[in-house]
Amino acid sequence: MFTVSRRSASTAVMAGLLSLGLVACGGGTTKDSASSAAPAAPASSAPAKADPNAPIKEGLKLAFLPKQINNPYETIVDKAGIEAAAEFKGQAKEVGPSDASASSQVSYINTLTQQGHDAILIAANDANAVCGPLQQARAKGVKIISYDSDASKDCRDIFINQANSEEIGRSQVKLLSEMIGGKGEVAILSATANATNQNTWIEFMKDELGKPEYAGLKLVKVAYGDDDDQKSFQETQGLLQAYPDLKGIISPTTVGISAAARYISGSKYKGEVVLTGLGTPNQMRQFVKDGTVAKFALWNPKDLGYLASYAAAALASGQITGAEGEVLKAGRLGERTIGKDGEIILGPPFVFDKANIDQFDF
Amino acid sequence: MSTVTAGRSTRNLVDLVFRARELSIVAALAVLVIVTVGVNGNFLSEQGVKDIFLNASILVLLAVGQSVVVITRNIDLSVGSVVGLVAFTVGDFLAADHGRGIVFAVVLGVAIGALCGLVNGLLVSFGRVPALVVTLGTLYVIQGVDHYIAHGRQINAVDLPPALLSLGNGTLFGIPYLPMIAVLVMLAVGYYLRSYASGRDFYAIGSSPEAAALAGVSVRRRVMAAYLFSGALAGLAGVLWLSRFGTVVADAANGWELQVVSAVVVGGVAITGGVGTVYGAALGALLLTTITSALVVLKVSPFWQQAITGALLLLAISVDRLLALRVARVLRRRNSRHGS
Repeated sequence: MFTVSRRSASTAVMAGLLSLGLVACGGGTTKDSASSAAPAAPASSAPAKADPNAPIKEGLKLAFLPKQINNPYETIVDKAGIEAAAEFKGQAKEVGPSDASASSQVSYINTLTQQGHDAILIAANDANAVCGPLQQARAKGVKIISYDSDASKDCRDIFINQANSEEIGRSQVKLLSEMIGGKGEVAILSATANATNQNTWIEFMKDELGKPEYAGLKLVKVAYGDDDDQKSFQETQGLLQAYPDLKGIISPTTVGISAAARYISGSKYKGEVVLTGLGTPNQMRQFVKDGTVAKFALWNPKDLGYLASYAAAALASGQITGAEGEVLKAGRLGERTIGKDGEIILGPPFVFDKANIDQFDF
Repeated sequence: MSTVTAGRSTRNLVDLVFRARELSIVAALAVLVIVTVGVNGNFLSEQGVKDIFLNASILVLLAVGQSVVVITRNIDLSVGSVVGLVAFTVGDFLAADHGRGIVFAVVLGVAIGALCGLVNGLLVSFGRVPALVVTLGTLYVIQGVDHYIAHGRQINAVDLPPALLSLGNGTLFGIPYLPMIAVLVMLAVGYYLRSYASGRDFYAIGSSPEAAALAGVSVRRRVMAAYLFSGALAGLAGVLWLSRFGTVVADAANGWELQVVSAVVVGGVAITGGVGTVYGAALGALLLTTITSALVVLKVSPFWQQAITGALLLLAISVDRLLALRVARVLRRRNSRHGS
């Protein structure tokens, strides 16, 4: 292939995941002046002090506003959030635009504000385009929680980050190392050479590989499949040909991992090379079942929705204000501490394998 | 091309030069493979050879269809979108019921492709709109339809019947199905274009549409047929895409039209029409895919890969052009000698 790069504009899951990644990497790499920015954000509309022991109010009205109503991934997130609301006797619903364009969420925010919701949970299509309406909502006492894809940090109270870059990078190395017994040559199959999120993850992978417990692993190559099926096929072939002793491949991109899995499943390398990375259960189901891939990772979208729902309830009940260091009690997920800029991290990526993959449909 | 006055010897010479064009691609391919094997013997292992041909199959099919259009002095930029649309709709169709047969899937895919080709053909031949504009338009329209149908969904390998997936990487007597299909199509089309009067019409139209029309060739019908055929082949390629990659999102094969046109041009089919063979186009496709694979095996930094592929493309076209100028000079000299 020569100059094919995918314009993956609105292909929901993919675009969703990519932007998740971008957001996630933002969380890990930005070094803003936290001291000046963090207190400024919640100060505008939140009560001055949080009362961690305040009970969660009953009958809270929450609204999930996904990037796009037909996105299968976000449907799972929102459904889990709506179910979580039932646990604390709140009401939640999902509304949203049919396209993921920058301004399509604006009218929904205005309507939800007028309807008197206690909190809006938004996966922002555009960090800045939604900012004005969100500020107006906050002025009327509506709590704003962003999830999946952040809005500008001045326009929301809390951002639920599905996983930060560092954890993604390091956990991938750990996962692969466990599967190949901590010894041998490994390679990375990435998306494009200029993808910020990919490169951030890869940097953390390299850093993790430098630790003494991974001394047996040798990273021989970072290949780029450009998120193109054919290119990813050819890069995988090239890796396997050029490094006959290759033991494992990490592909932290959904196109890459499914292409690599498809190629390996039909080649003589099946069973000889371990493949892992970031993928969705639906696209990987075939390859997990036929034994090409044993384990791969991604955050658990159900937990993401659940956590966001609890964060909304805690905010609306005054348990938290979104300031750094406060502790959120999130039902079955336990406690999460709010980080700088009002970020709450969901946790390490969730590992899918043969045993649990059929519980997920996205 | 060859003029009547120039006689038989010139015709042979021109034939030879054009065959040389194909031979030069074979030579380039040989050099490429030999160098790569020198660095890494695995490139020509059983798996390696299988991969080379599998990688090229879909591009070869598209290049064969495209060259028929280009030979008539037209172009079909919508093929990438057609592949994407067919891959998704046929995948969706098969995912709904695993009992649905593969043969039916192929027929459906070819039919959808042919329909797209029909629209292109009608607009170009009867609407008299320049092909570049028409097919650029249909590129976006078909892509839009595809995005509308897909609506953010994705076809996953697990949704597809196993028989379709084994079409993508299965073999018959050790030869994978995909290259077999591509070669059969190429040979059939090559034979038709060379040996049938209606096949020669395509070249006549490309050399000079006016002259062809005056000679009684039904230009519109042939151009129409060329687009119909290119569309149908893109439809077939779409089904094969689905069987090969298993996972399909709405923008599958996005941007492939440029690769297809490049393969055709590298393969010696003149973009100005009337010249070239489908064999050349198929070889061009094989060369381009093999270059990509070879650069990967040669461990060339990914930052350089695209630049090198582009440079090789320019080189191929420059050599081609030089060759053409030389032939023209020889022909002129001969003609003037015959004339005096």
